[in-house]
Amino acid sequence: MTSLSGAFFAVIQRDLAIAMRHRGDLLNPLFFFLIVVTLVPLGISPEPARLAAIAPGMIWISALLATLLALDNLFQADFDDGSLVQLMLSPQPLWLLVLAKIIAHWLVTGLPVVLFSPLLGLMLSLPQAGFLPLLLGLVLGTAMFSLMGAVGAALTVALHKGSVLLSLLVMPLYVPVLIFGTSAVQRAVDGMNYGGVMAMLAAVTAFSLLLAPFAAAGALKVGING
Amino acid sequence: MWQWFHKLGSPRWFYDISGKFLPWLALASVVLIVTGVVWGLAFAPQDARQGNSFRIIYIHVPASFLALAGYYVMAAAGAVGMIWKMKLADMVMIAAAPLGAALTFIALFTGAIWGKPTWGTYWIWDARITSMLVLLFLYIGIIALSRSFSTRETSARACAILALVGTVNIPIIYKSVDWWYTLHQPATIKLTGAPSMHPDMFKPLLVMILGFYCFYALVLLLNTRTEILQRERRTNWVKELAAGK
Amino acid sequence: MFQFESFDAFVAMAGHGPYVWAAYGVSLAIMAWLAVLPLRRQRALFTELRQRVQAQQQRGEGK
Repeated sequence: MTSLSGAFFAVIQRDLAIAMRHRGDLLNPLFFFLIVVTLVPLGISPEPARLAAIAPGMIWISALLATLLALDNLFQADFDDGSLVQLMLSPQPLWLLVLAKIIAHWLVTGLPVVLFSPLLGLMLSLPQAGFLPLLLGLVLGTAMFSLMGAVGAALTVALHKGSVLLSLLVMPLYVPVLIFGTSAVQRAVDGMNYGGVMAMLAAVTAFSLLLAPFAAAGALKVGING
Repeated sequence: MWQWFHKLGSPRWFYDISGKFLPWLALASVVLIVTGVVWGLAFAPQDARQGNSFRIIYIHVPASFLALAGYYVMAAAGAVGMIWKMKLADMVMIAAAPLGAALTFIALFTGAIWGKPTWGTYWIWDARITSMLVLLFLYIGIIALSRSFSTRETSARACAILALVGTVNIPIIYKSVDWWYTLHQPATIKLTGAPSMHPDMFKPLLVMILGFYCFYALVLLLNTRTEILQRERRTNWVKELAAGK
Repeated sequence: MFQFESFDAFVAMAGHGPYVWAAYGVSLAIMAWLAVLPLRRQRALFTELRQRVQAQQQRGEGK
């Protein structure tokens, strides 16, 4: 048992250490997130009332695109330098190591986006009541994006031109999260109870947690051995 | 039982046996679809509210049925191929993808045209239409993935995983889109839902649905056979077949 | 029973003609194409294989 958890945390630690060495890559999704949200008032209207009406959806869509942008890195570097094959040859179950990689990836891409989102809420004049559900929802939602995204990233890792294909594969799967996430914020803004919607969002994320590591591990085996 | 299973897995055996079904399936689908089209266009009564545009239902509903069923066929074939390493199932899965995508497109296209005289606009973000659109994206993802690998075996395995992940997500996606629609349902556009069907309207629909099922089976077989020939092009039996034609 | 008074009325469909005919026409055309495509692919493959066999035979005779 100790070797299992040992390997699990070793993978997380290693991935975090590598991410810290390439800090520029960490900031890119954040800047992307910021720039997309900046384009919204320029493209639509600077009027606070209009911005507030579309703020939940715009922030969610930008967060979705930002995490999508970072998905490419999940397995690609490890595949290129051969360490991914090492990982697959190790005696530990692959799905566990994949889960560790997903968690590490979420910590360096999803979490910063979540922490950054209140600032963008301010910029899009999101009403006060919307901030807490936005944060909570994005924590769950970006986790789901990373989990399901890992399946797409694993399928396309050996293709070397995967990024557009990857978006095509996973975006339809993100539909429920986007729907529940934005409506949780919207309900809070409208003064309604958002607990039920948040629960549904949590259920979708939990379901992905059960499904994604296995599917991604299977996809890695197919993509690399095949 | 296992021998039969093994035989079914043999592409050559399948090619031979399916050749015997093809003419009958082709005949059945042509007869049923022609009957259904003539009946639906000329002899079914028009709908009291929607008039003649209602006749589009005879294409739209069967296509929508098979668009969704086709995804499950594809995923089931992918699962069989993955679990029992059955080559034939992989080929069926690859054959089902473009067919399902085309039927999904037909469902969307006829739905959009139907919308113009009924709702006054080609496109509305109705729950069913939106779900269909997402289904089309799922199909397009599978087709795009299947074309990016250099070997057919790897491509089939990868698509099978994606199709299975998509399948378990389809109910969630559909439910969420339904829920989203009830949230945003515009007050100005009242959907009549399925018009209450008179038996005279329903009979041609039944014929069309049957015809579409036969058509689906026919094209699935044709696509699978083509896939078999392409994969086995280096074997002697395919070469002999080619020489005989 | 035929629902229309004349063939012209059948084509016009009380103003809904263009929609109905476009929906049926495009859908049936796509379906026909779906059925023809694999047959054409098969024929192309057979032709290619035959040509390859012939080329091999010619090379064999030349030796």
